[in-house]
Amino acid sequence: MTTADISTVRRSYYEATGRQRIAALLDRDSFHEWIGPRERVTSPHLKLFDVPVSFDDGVIVGRGTLDGKRVFIVAQEGGFMGGSVGEVHGAKITGVLRRALIDRPHGVLLLLESGGVRLHEANAGLIAVSEILHALLALRAAGIPVAALIGGAYGCFGGMSIVAHCCNAIVISELGRIGLSGPEVIETVAGVEEFDSRDLALVWRTVGGKSRYLLGDASRLVPDDIPAFRAAASAALLLSRALDLENLERDHECLAVRLNFYGDCKDAEEIWSRMGIISSRQVALLDEAELVELAQSLPNRKVI
Amino acid sequence: MNWEKLVNELFPEGHSVNRAGEMLRGEGKVNGATVAVIGTTDHAYIGVELALALAGEILNVIRSFPKRPILFLADTRGQRLSRRDELLGINVYLAHLSSSLALARSRRHRVIGLAYDEAVSGGFLAGGMMAEITVALPEVHVRVMDTTAMARVMRIPIERMLELERNSPVFATEAGSLHQLGGIAEIWNGNLAEHLQKVLVSPPEAVDTRAEKGYARGGRLYAAPVISRVCKHA
Amino acid sequence: MEHLEFDFPASTDSSRQTPARRDSVLVGVVSSGNLEVLVEQASLAGGCRVIVDTSIRGYGAIWQAVLADFVKRYRPRDVLVSINDAGASPAVVSLRLDQAYEDFQGDAA
Repeated sequence: MTTADISTVRRSYYEATGRQRIAALLDRDSFHEWIGPRERVTSPHLKLFDVPVSFDDGVIVGRGTLDGKRVFIVAQEGGFMGGSVGEVHGAKITGVLRRALIDRPHGVLLLLESGGVRLHEANAGLIAVSEILHALLALRAAGIPVAALIGGAYGCFGGMSIVAHCCNAIVISELGRIGLSGPEVIETVAGVEEFDSRDLALVWRTVGGKSRYLLGDASRLVPDDIPAFRAAASAALLLSRALDLENLERDHECLAVRLNFYGDCKDAEEIWSRMGIISSRQVALLDEAELVELAQSLPNRKVI
Repeated sequence: MNWEKLVNELFPEGHSVNRAGEMLRGEGKVNGATVAVIGTTDHAYIGVELALALAGEILNVIRSFPKRPILFLADTRGQRLSRRDELLGINVYLAHLSSSLALARSRRHRVIGLAYDEAVSGGFLAGGMMAEITVALPEVHVRVMDTTAMARVMRIPIERMLELERNSPVFATEAGSLHQLGGIAEIWNGNLAEHLQKVLVSPPEAVDTRAEKGYARGGRLYAAPVISRVCKHA
Repeated sequence: MEHLEFDFPASTDSSRQTPARRDSVLVGVVSSGNLEVLVEQASLAGGCRVIVDTSIRGYGAIWQAVLADFVKRYRPRDVLVSINDAGASPAVVSLRLDQAYEDFQGDAA
């Protein structure tokens, strides 16, 4: 089983499909897919809507090696229904996480690109995301590292953004976005004054990779480059984040401090200014290496 | 059901549950043992402050009262939809709430989620659905998204959306549908105190059996077999 | 949705009977204006079968033409092609078929 594009693997994570990302991230030819397209386990719900299915229901799962170490991997395909989670899609991910509890690989990589629950599968999708959350937190409790990688066009939204933050670490590129409700949803419900979803600079300041990294919500910021994602993912799997009282109380304190320091900020630039970044307007212009250097000089930045 | 009536019916032996804004907290007695009660009311929109406060209550119980059962009362219209909440990272705050509930379970606290009025989207997902066992009163409404918004995003006529809600447990908003799909373990009719006592004396569910339940009840025929297949693959 | 099936019997042109190198290949993504193409080895008495599930109805004749052209170019033997289509143009369909089949044959092409 292979894809026609392995020989033309591009370096851009953003441009790559889920399959291409897996092929380029893992050690060459090490990937073995579970419930691949030949098995044709497709969504049973989409025919109600006259919408085409995808042979893998938009998520590719399996095992492979990363620098020789055994890992499990999940890649959501944003191009198919925005990477949204339906019954089968979600069950494939839950299956990988539950299997990791038994097989105890070196780690699990979640290449997240999703709008959240697939509306066409409503309740089934909601429970599916919850099953993923349960299985993921069971892995955290068992000390098996899970790293989330975010850098695709569709971002990581909805329930999957909660999943992302329950991982040991998030690796994000500046093209990545992570948030709970999409800007369009907020605009529709609360009006354009609340959130102008067409103001792209505003969107990126609010939910973009650089912002999240500065806030401490992502542990690594990388360029839009698959080898960079690979190196960061490898390092991220070494980051311990035990699910214990001490860690959660520390997180709690950080989250309380965040509300104290930044709770009345109207915009990310105000947050950055209070963080001690002199020219917060310049943040948008810095490349990722410069931003990482800047972040490391900030006394108050803590990774949650 | 109103929260005060709810806790009175759940704890005939007595309770100290009170509200602080949209948050509920306190204790109740069941067969002489104390149960921690944490939750929301007024169909609360869960924003960063409320998510943090709820997590704080759970962490307090874990720290101060080993193995005390936790009853999480869920009445929510979902996450708060605001630019500020997104800016501050509402997803992180909800993940923190979910993690706190998961920690409680891993530390052998029984955690029961009881949906008693509205159970919507991210607010329900991060809270009530993170329990060891999630139950609901029969009149609960569960939703992923408001009907009109859903129809618009999916680009289908509202009449079709309403028809789907009437005819399919995947789209219907009443508790019975989520029960059929395995998402809710039990619907609590009648004597609530008895239901609660029964759960507390039953052995804890160590694993998430919702997919199996969905399969057995005929509501979700694919999730359990797919999960099983991934686990058994070469 | 429309479901279409096409059967192309075995070609008598033996000079193009190259054995396939891989079991199967998948290319493409089912996004708007795009499609996925799964090419698999199959026992079809030397022929080629194509199964199409498409969200755009009424283009049977165009599919026939595009597929006939593909078969003429590659003379695929014992190959099953399965397609999920979300409204790709004939040019994109052709491109994906070619990509998939080239990879399916590998260096033996």
